[in-house]
Amino acid sequence: MSDVAVKSKDEVTPQVSGAPKAENALDARLAALPLPKGGWLADARAEALARLRDMGLPGPRDEYWRFTDPRPFNAPSAKPLPFEPAAEESPLFSADDKLTLVFVDGQFDAEASDDLSLDGIEISTLSGTQDQAEHWAKGLYGALELAGQNPVSRPFAALNTAAAQDGLLIRVTGKPAKPIHVLHRRAAEDADVVWHHVIRVEEGAEATLLETGMVGARSNGVIEADLAKGARLHMIAAKRAVDPKVGLSHVFARVAEGASLKSFVLSVNGNVMRNEAVVDMVGDDAVAHVAAAVLGDQNIGPFHHDDTVFITHGALRGESRQVYKKVLKNGATGVFQGKILVKPGAQKTDGYQISQALLLDERSQFLAKPELEIYADDVKCSHGSTTGAIDETALFYLRSRGVPYERAIVFLVLSFLADALEEIEDEGLRGQINDRLEAWLTTRASQ
Amino acid sequence: MLKIDNLHVKLEEEDKQILKGLSLEVPAGQVHAIMGPNGSGKSTLSYVLSGRDGYEVTDGDATLDGESLLEMEPEERAAAGLFLAFQYPVEIPGVGNMTFLRTAVNAQRKARGQDELSSGEFLKIVRAKAKDLQIDAEMLKRPVNVGFSGGEKKRNEILQMAMLEPRMCIMDETDSGLDVDAMRLVSEGVNALRDAGRSFLVITHYQRLLNHIKPDVVHIMSNGRIVKSGGPELALEVEENGYGDLLAEAG
Repeated sequence: MSDVAVKSKDEVTPQVSGAPKAENALDARLAALPLPKGGWLADARAEALARLRDMGLPGPRDEYWRFTDPRPFNAPSAKPLPFEPAAEESPLFSADDKLTLVFVDGQFDAEASDDLSLDGIEISTLSGTQDQAEHWAKGLYGALELAGQNPVSRPFAALNTAAAQDGLLIRVTGKPAKPIHVLHRRAAEDADVVWHHVIRVEEGAEATLLETGMVGARSNGVIEADLAKGARLHMIAAKRAVDPKVGLSHVFARVAEGASLKSFVLSVNGNVMRNEAVVDMVGDDAVAHVAAAVLGDQNIGPFHHDDTVFITHGALRGESRQVYKKVLKNGATGVFQGKILVKPGAQKTDGYQISQALLLDERSQFLAKPELEIYADDVKCSHGSTTGAIDETALFYLRSRGVPYERAIVFLVLSFLADALEEIEDEGLRGQINDRLEAWLTTRASQ
Repeated sequence: MLKIDNLHVKLEEEDKQILKGLSLEVPAGQVHAIMGPNGSGKSTLSYVLSGRDGYEVTDGDATLDGESLLEMEPEERAAAGLFLAFQYPVEIPGVGNMTFLRTAVNAQRKARGQDELSSGEFLKIVRAKAKDLQIDAEMLKRPVNVGFSGGEKKRNEILQMAMLEPRMCIMDETDSGLDVDAMRLVSEGVNALRDAGRSFLVITHYQRLLNHIKPDVVHIMSNGRIVKSGGPELALEVEENGYGDLLAEAG
């Protein structure tokens, strides 16, 4: 058991030569951001800005940023990153009937999107409602992010709440017939995207949110998901294969009695990525499963992928699972920081955490920090972390059947990732993710 | 078909000689059995022939239809017609049995310059062959060997053999861990594959399997060599008297 690192306020900016001092760095960062004002979001944005000033930006000595350099996120502007729209892959989930909402460099594109109306769900956007004085999401926007700032502060999430350019406000009241698909597209090479979704799933309601595409040269995303009693939310994000960028995301979820959150993220390459999931299980019998399958090959571009998870059990009989699998090649780096906190009284908690890396060469590395902090005596919690290479016996078995070496490696990588993919409840969606992975691995097997 | 000539093999990592001048020839259409005490090098022989890493051939050769196997990758040996039924078939979670089998069949067909089977054609063949081995559709759908009993795993090996149609089959203690019924099923599967163009090298500890799969020749292996060869009666002799007398006699 170890304590959560709580950052002190003076420990902020990297002290590289020529770098501005702490306050200046934050000022420079804020000065470069268009900070929207007014409307129903004004108070939440102002409060977020105030707490960001209070926290400061993370520095190199910050325990929570020990394995990932925060500087690409601290920098005032995004480093331009070229992309090739011509190399568009066939869209994922294309076979499914879904409601697609398109964001271009983080801005909602109504023309390119489907009609927002769908039975059982109410969808609006930040940009479309920011001039209104009232909105159902008032009181929720920024609230879960704020709750997630304790015991560890997450300055980039506060920055996001203050500065988000656009995002979805989704209220699920029933069981919409099709999934909501957020499709991100890039336009400018230096787009610095800040997007923020708020999802409220009402009592007994159920929805699926799919997220695909390329976000920007740099992106900072926040999803606040509030699940009422018995609600179910499935989130599946598949980050685009050829997507060099600096990306950061936070999911803040509050899970009420008997509600269930299932989140799966597929990340294939990138540049510097950090995905944080902060889940607060506030009701009895709540369920939260968070999983990710990550593939990084530094021959395609620099690769550093960080998953940071914090799950809090605050009620009876909660069930949580963290399943994180990373395949790292040609010097890629994977990071996992995962924590299960069981509060006093959260008896009969069932908490499970596994983080595993498959290193395809000796230059790649995996840094893992699994943590359990338990204040209840009748709980079942386990965590495991492994780092390994391809199983030679299995490789020989496949090859002895005539399966060529490269193809055998693809099979073994898929085999390694299978547990994470199992966390996708919908068999059809799971199959499509698996097929996409397989196709990607097959085309890159020989590289 | 298979010719092993004065084969010397040591472990790659340590200075330990395992095969010390093993010679053996299995003509087309014949079944040869290799018996021998623990540690005589039987499994090593099967691994070296099929191309597993970790062994170093220091002398001698092994050829399949005149072509040296030793320089080939494991998948090339498979495409050339060699098959090893594993003593411990490997579990591969997350990879469907059918996907694996179809990939293997088509990779071999491709390597031999044949057309790949369509999924319809493949399904039809695999279903028929699975039925003979009493492998149900549910088992085919599961990940490779995951959750299979010992007997199911061995039957799955024979199914792979039946689908891949190798010319030279090596069976490494396929009888280990099998009950009487499973042994009968596996043996029937093997016997159904016997024909004039296909040979078998059956490695076993016990004579029992050879009641079901009748060998043409039985070899006794000890300390990295074949020390005696003979007809099926040799296996009965081992069963009754153990290896002691035979090995003493062979010097």
